[in-house]
Amino acid sequence: MQKELEMSPLLEAQNVSKYFGAVTALREVNLQLWPGEVLGVVGDNGAGKSTLMKVLSGLYPPSKGNLFFDGMKVQFNSPRDARNLGIEMVYQDLALAGNLNIAENIYLGREPKRKYLGGFVSLFDHKLGLKMAKDHLDNLKIHVKSVEQKVEELSGGQRQAVAIARSIAFKARVVIMDEPTAALAIKEVGKVLDMIVGLKDRGISVVIISHRMDDIFYVCDRVMALYHGANFSESRLKDTSRSEVIGWIMGTKENVRELAHDRVQ
Amino acid sequence: MTGFSKTEIDNEAPWHVRMIPFFDRYGILIVIVVMCLVLWAMQPEVFLSWRNISNIFKQTAANGMLSIGMFLVILTAGIDLSVGSVLALGMMTLAVSNAAGVPWPVVLCLSPFMGMLAGFVNGIGITKLRMPHPFIMTLGMLFMARGLANLISGGVPYSGLPDPVRFLGSAQIYLGEFDGTRYNIPVVFLFTIFVYFIFWILLEHTVFGRRVYAIGGNPEAARVSGIDVDRTLIIVYTICGFMAGVAGLIMAGRTNSGFPNAGQGMELEAIAAVIIGGASFFGGRGQVLGIFGGVLIMGLIRNGLNLNDVSTFWQQILIGGIIVLAVFIDVLRRDWGTRS
Repeated sequence: MQKELEMSPLLEAQNVSKYFGAVTALREVNLQLWPGEVLGVVGDNGAGKSTLMKVLSGLYPPSKGNLFFDGMKVQFNSPRDARNLGIEMVYQDLALAGNLNIAENIYLGREPKRKYLGGFVSLFDHKLGLKMAKDHLDNLKIHVKSVEQKVEELSGGQRQAVAIARSIAFKARVVIMDEPTAALAIKEVGKVLDMIVGLKDRGISVVIISHRMDDIFYVCDRVMALYHGANFSESRLKDTSRSEVIGWIMGTKENVRELAHDRVQ
Repeated sequence: MTGFSKTEIDNEAPWHVRMIPFFDRYGILIVIVVMCLVLWAMQPEVFLSWRNISNIFKQTAANGMLSIGMFLVILTAGIDLSVGSVLALGMMTLAVSNAAGVPWPVVLCLSPFMGMLAGFVNGIGITKLRMPHPFIMTLGMLFMARGLANLISGGVPYSGLPDPVRFLGSAQIYLGEFDGTRYNIPVVFLFTIFVYFIFWILLEHTVFGRRVYAIGGNPEAARVSGIDVDRTLIIVYTICGFMAGVAGLIMAGRTNSGFPNAGQGMELEAIAAVIIGGASFFGGRGQVLGIFGGVLIMGLIRNGLNLNDVSTFWQQILIGGIIVLAVFIDVLRRDWGTRS
């Protein structure tokens, strides 16, 4: 790609390894994410996808290897460090507090504050939080009855929408999503996928882990496969096929037609 | 991007689900009003007398302090079993140091300070020593604090405290005389109102408070949101210990003494008040005003049973039954009110 020659990747992992005790979860994995790109990461259970995402979002420090953001070498000691650079993660279990309302969830950890008594007392600004959340959701065309609704009262798709809205509430440049459609009712999957496309339209780069080929082939520009914790293969989406990608997940580059359980072209 | 259709507790929900918000808001108030009516009907002369009412407030103040601290802990889905013993430790430190001739301004601060220290140790144990459950650490503290209280006092009560130390627990403000009755308002009642107001501000209007709720709702979500969960928990347990120390100061003032077996079983009464007050053992649920109601209900039960000469054995059975009922109601409201 011509673009790739002149630009540096927005986020890059070089030879990243991750060990948990004697277990090697990642073995010298490389990943590049280009500006405005949606990258799909596939692999079987235990292939290391989630571990890689947690390394990229600052939850796990890599045992070996380096991360680069915007061409600069970076080191994350916590998700907060990654966040400060604009790298956000949407977790598989959504990581929302059901007992709090939508607005409080969106600004959890980055609450709007208001200072009283000359800065001596700093209180949580409920009003501003509600207004910011409402404007933000309106802007994303997410319709909820009220931003004061508790998250536990929402459907799976609405929760996912809140989780995604939360990830881009501040100046996000990369959003990493772990199985964003796994817990959803079929009718809500499409809406969430459209939201992901919407992120791309806003110039945000997205990394998405999914088992569902439909998701990958609907939203991604490029797909990479991990196998047993190492890079296996990658390709631009238009140069590959579902059965080939399914083959990669199972660790083979040949005879995919016989292996693939869904023989969709 | 498309909108999502509205799906919340709507009008088609069965009646018992639609009633949840109503009972969340007014349930405790209804219980208190009913209890007052029943007690008034049973003891019309005594129950509503000013003396009895101010007695209820005096007797429940210590439990009120323990309960609001316990509430903070239970909000994080934790538990603090040590508050009764920590109360005794604070009380004995106060009484022993007073007997040793320590000046009263220092004596006054010692009980809350010891409480804070014990709570801080609890917090460190739960987070940094990675105890599997707060139950373990605070159970350990229950024994350690009680042992320390006995150790420093030699296991005997100390009585006689200077007035400034007794002020919070025993002073009254004279309001006036009306129909031959002297009306006094206990200082500790005003203090309780003040403390609950501060906790209300803390929990509803500070970032710290909202984060305490978030940790109770989903600790993982709080952690990945960049909230320092360990630090918040240490602060929570320290505050809980501090309140136990304040309860020790109040009880020392009221009884004009320190006795090493003070507060035995009070941790359970505090837990009971918090649960009756609408907090959830699962964390993240409950309001300060509800806890105030829970403390009042516990006080009214005791007062009512005492006024009617019911034996303490029956009191225990009744309070036990009420705790089970309150938790069962919590389980039901969770089942009905949460989407799966």
